[in-house]
Amino acid sequence: MPTYFEKKQLVTPGEMLAEGDYLAGSNTYTEENKVYASRIGLADLDNKQVNVVALRSFYFPKVGDIVIGTVLEVGFSGWTVDIKAPYTALLRASDVLSRPFKPQNDELSQVLNGGDLIVAKIASYDRSHDPQLTVGEPGLGKITRGQIIKVTPSKIPRVIGRKGSMISMIKQETGCQIILGVNGVILVTGKNPEDEDLAMAAIQKIEDESHTSGLTDRITQFLKEEKTGGKQE
Amino acid sequence: MNEKPEKLINKKGLRLDGRKADELRPVKIEVGILSNADGSAYIEHGKNKILAAAFGPREMHPKHLSLPDRMVLRCRYHMAPFSVGERKSPAPSRREIELSKVIRECLEPSVFVEYYPRTGVDVFIEVLQADGGTRCASITAASLALADAGIPMRDLVVACAAGKIDDTVVLDLFDTEDKVGCADVPVAFMPNLNAVTLLQMDGILKPEEFEKAVSMAIDGCKKIYELQKEALKTKYMLIEQEEEVEE
Repeated sequence: MPTYFEKKQLVTPGEMLAEGDYLAGSNTYTEENKVYASRIGLADLDNKQVNVVALRSFYFPKVGDIVIGTVLEVGFSGWTVDIKAPYTALLRASDVLSRPFKPQNDELSQVLNGGDLIVAKIASYDRSHDPQLTVGEPGLGKITRGQIIKVTPSKIPRVIGRKGSMISMIKQETGCQIILGVNGVILVTGKNPEDEDLAMAAIQKIEDESHTSGLTDRITQFLKEEKTGGKQE
Repeated sequence: MNEKPEKLINKKGLRLDGRKADELRPVKIEVGILSNADGSAYIEHGKNKILAAAFGPREMHPKHLSLPDRMVLRCRYHMAPFSVGERKSPAPSRREIELSKVIRECLEPSVFVEYYPRTGVDVFIEVLQADGGTRCASITAASLALADAGIPMRDLVVACAAGKIDDTVVLDLFDTEDKVGCADVPVAFMPNLNAVTLLQMDGILKPEEFEKAVSMAIDGCKKIYELQKEALKTKYMLIEQEEEVEE
């Protein structure tokens, strides 16, 4: 039962990773008792499971994901929302109004209009239906203030850091509220635009340098420098 | 070289461009060179210069073309008007439409189309300069563009041709050999799965010559496959090294 890779080795689609009694984890597949990679990424062995951390991927909806989307269109009984996935999501009017929707009483475009941004959770999704969103939980709903920054979805775990170390550090240093959409859209809300700009610059820095070592320390230093620099001016 | 050469292989056994019978043209591949595409690749195979770009998976437009159980792969092979000696009309020709279909069908077995139902992936292949064997080079580049777009694949598809000139079976024909020679056999191949996804033949070959041509083309594919993997890895090599430092 050999494996054919070293830890964190760069593998290409179709590369044979292991033979025999192994399980195919993320971004891998099995054929004739052999495990192959299906995406370019870094291979890793976790117990008996072979995983590949993809270096290129796209957002694919999963039930329970918090996403940030743009309202595309106001429909008869709900809205269509762009969540940067291969499918457009649906948000039902009754979900937003939290009561039965009556077309004669409610004007949907006054609640949410095209171009509005919302924080939502994916309530249901399967192969045959487009994802359905819900905003019926605290923290979800229309975004009224703050700024948006978009990053590659595969870099969201980097922005979070180990056990949330990175994101909590940025929140603390800048005093901003940050909501991460799993689909790669990030909302930054602060007391003033300067704080928001600082947090956004830090996130941009993470995206640009996401593969270098000691990133959390460097971002901490970057934020401290920027803050003192701002005061001197 | 507009005049028809009398001999395609000289007394020393070398071809018009100085190659041996089983020698490939120089191949140069780059990945991820277009910022607006989800994935892209550029290949120089001898004098061929080809760009490939992949978009998606995204919602199918027009919607009625989407399939309920799988992703739709669409390909467009197109030759630039300046890619050949005589200006080529930019409108898709019969040949280009056929090649688009052939390339789509040879890429499809490599992609996990069943993972993403009701979506579509578009692959655009633009031949900037043609010198024989563009379909093979296009397949190699298109497969890389798909991998660069992050679409899950069984294996990379690589293609190479073999053929017969002056009664000799040779590898990787260029334009003049293709036109003057006797036969051309393009083969697309998935090396890790040992599966052929495209096999065409233009011309007349004896059965034993055909078999030799196919095995020769597959050997050529394996050589290009190494370059293909190398090109894909080069783009991410930096990432890997830095990732290791962190451990």
